[in-house]
Amino acid sequence: MSPVGSAVGAGGRGTGTVLVRGGTVVDPGGPPAGRRADVLVEDGRIVAVTDGLEVPPGALVLDAGGCLVGPGLVDLHTHLRQPGGEAAETVATGARAAALGGYTAVVAMPNTTPAIDTASVARDVLALGRPATCQVAVAGAITVGRAGERLAPLGELAAIGVRLFTDDGRGVQDGGLMRRALEYGRDLGVVLAEHCEDEALAAGGAMHEGAWSSRLGIAGQPSLAEEAMAARDIGLARLTGARLHLLHLSTAASLALVAAAKAEGLPVTCEVTPHHLSLTDAEVASFDARFRVNPPLRAADDVAAARRACTDGVVDALATDHAPHPVEAKEAPFEEAPPGMLGLETALSVAFSVLCRGDGPTLSPAALFGLCAARPAAIAGLDADGQGGPLQPGAVAHLCVFDPDETWTVSGAESASRSRNTPYEGRTLTGRVRHTLYRGEVVVRDARAQR
Amino acid sequence: MTEVALPRHLLGIAGLDRAAIVELLSLAASFSEVAERPIPKVPALRGKTVATVFFEPSTRTRLSFESAARRLSADTMTFTAATSSVTKGESLRDTVETIEAMGVDALVVRHRAAGAPALVARWVTASVVNAGDGAHEHPTQALLDCYTILEALAPPGAELPGGGDCSGLSIGIVGDVAHSRVARSCALAFEALGAAVTLVGPRTLLPPSLEGWPVAVASDLDAVLGELDVVYLLRLQTERMRQARLPSLEEYRERFGLTEGRARRLRPGALVLHPGPMNRGVEIDASVASEHATLVTRQVRNGVPTRMAVLFRLLGGAR
Repeated sequence: MSPVGSAVGAGGRGTGTVLVRGGTVVDPGGPPAGRRADVLVEDGRIVAVTDGLEVPPGALVLDAGGCLVGPGLVDLHTHLRQPGGEAAETVATGARAAALGGYTAVVAMPNTTPAIDTASVARDVLALGRPATCQVAVAGAITVGRAGERLAPLGELAAIGVRLFTDDGRGVQDGGLMRRALEYGRDLGVVLAEHCEDEALAAGGAMHEGAWSSRLGIAGQPSLAEEAMAARDIGLARLTGARLHLLHLSTAASLALVAAAKAEGLPVTCEVTPHHLSLTDAEVASFDARFRVNPPLRAADDVAAARRACTDGVVDALATDHAPHPVEAKEAPFEEAPPGMLGLETALSVAFSVLCRGDGPTLSPAALFGLCAARPAAIAGLDADGQGGPLQPGAVAHLCVFDPDETWTVSGAESASRSRNTPYEGRTLTGRVRHTLYRGEVVVRDARAQR
Repeated sequence: MTEVALPRHLLGIAGLDRAAIVELLSLAASFSEVAERPIPKVPALRGKTVATVFFEPSTRTRLSFESAARRLSADTMTFTAATSSVTKGESLRDTVETIEAMGVDALVVRHRAAGAPALVARWVTASVVNAGDGAHEHPTQALLDCYTILEALAPPGAELPGGGDCSGLSIGIVGDVAHSRVARSCALAFEALGAAVTLVGPRTLLPPSLEGWPVAVASDLDAVLGELDVVYLLRLQTERMRQARLPSLEEYRERFGLTEGRARRLRPGALVLHPGPMNRGVEIDASVASEHATLVTRQVRNGVPTRMAVLFRLLGGAR
């Protein structure tokens, strides 16, 4: 059966002919730096990937000169806030922000009101996603109401195609319950994804515990709050043999645990966010609540370790943890504001800057698209919908055209999101998504949303 | 005296250098004489309006600021969260913008959350004085404590007691440093004036990291007591027991309280300060508190000229 969120099965939706001309095609598995090729799209599908294609009559030509042309990005971790949080975001506005960031698929997190813990809520969100500018899949809650007490109907949700389960926003505090969830999920062939945060150790801390929290007088949460749960869950993956995905890892030691688990052959994957690759807890000295996020921004050593884990192959996916909050919620004092930051529109720019052009070891463009598209598509089971590449004739045309040299200044007010809480407000980024094609439809052209 | 550039706001001791602190203390010294006058007022801030904006209950700090403003002939406005529309859900930003719209030149802000005055300073054009924000800073308390220490140790009559120099002094800050905005501001201020600062308390009540702090640390009060010229006691909140940071108040008193026994082992002439309100029988024995009451009263009294100095410097002095 077709995985969840696929509105038109394997077919494309866009009509007409589009030629993406003059770019460098970067395919996961292709040449690391990519290859010069034009991409011809007809009626939603790729029909040719070749250098020097003629412009067919009536074709829309998109200039990709100087650009990387890769598969549309796939975000494993998006908060669309609907239902219940429409003041912050809707499926439509979040999907538009996703398209502007080069994403052609997002996995909507279940911490909505009500939570996505039944098939009926999941169906509602999927229905909202059908007309959106990217594919909207959902993650289901592990426990009823994300309360950490009883198992949600994983089977019922799996039956309508849900592949990823998480109580994200909270970790499953009860290790015995998490064990059962993994065992039960293993039979269903689904992935259990953990927000690693031991709440007793975190003790309600609003930022990373360290030199800055001590200086600022803000209660911190120690790195161990994340690491302890990551270690527990890796042990549970060993015990149960179930697929485990660790969300938004942020500390050097968490990533070392994953590296060891992978060396051991355990079925464990993990993601990191662009903000944990680019920002440190020193930002909190501004007391600006846009820098409040969970897991918190960490120390410089953790940022360096997270980058290394990307280049070393420990990290499977970059995920945004796009978490919109209304302006008034983020104008509160740091300790009183909700955690979370926007991420969809800035993710690839930030990731490219720090991973492909950073000071340390760098990733090839193809490897970056692997982390942003191919691997997350496989983890979420969205590869079956043609997400994640490769770009080849016959494939559904999900394309991200990225200009690595364009500079732009981030402005929350200009975001397509209903919220403005970007941590990069006013900063100049290098690299920007120029065009996005979702099932052959040009949803973003010259960095502007088309609908 | 040379004018030292001070920012438009006083948000913390962090960011002030020794010269800026000394300048404020010198101003405080000149204002302390105002209190002795038959009419304790100067016209320095006539026509200015100072609003105290307190989102957390505090009587003494608010009264001290209001008294300071009035002695400078400024008008005052009072806002307290308990009697305001904050209880109706008004945001911090709306609240302070509304108050500013009434025409104020300075907002004196206290808030339970760290950094709230810094945010307010971004939203308003008036000057902002931090009157205590969460566990972050309480800069005017630190200034008045510096003043009190200098005054107590220096011969009377000096323009600024001790010339603003604390070098050679050993100051112990004892107790719940982790949750204390007073401790953060005082440690910075004492160090800026040249004192050697030691934080004393159980590991559970010290900040998790002291990287970058210009202090020494001791977990045994008795080991350092005899070396301290100043013992600065912090108030202990009873909720620390619920957080498993302490077994009991009694055990705290045994290990870190300034008991009668410990008071006898103080250096001759050692000073005992407390920002108030005191828990007698916990961080200090009642008899010891009475014995050192004069200095604690001086702290309160010096609050007024110190805050006069801050308000004058922000609103009336040359920039």
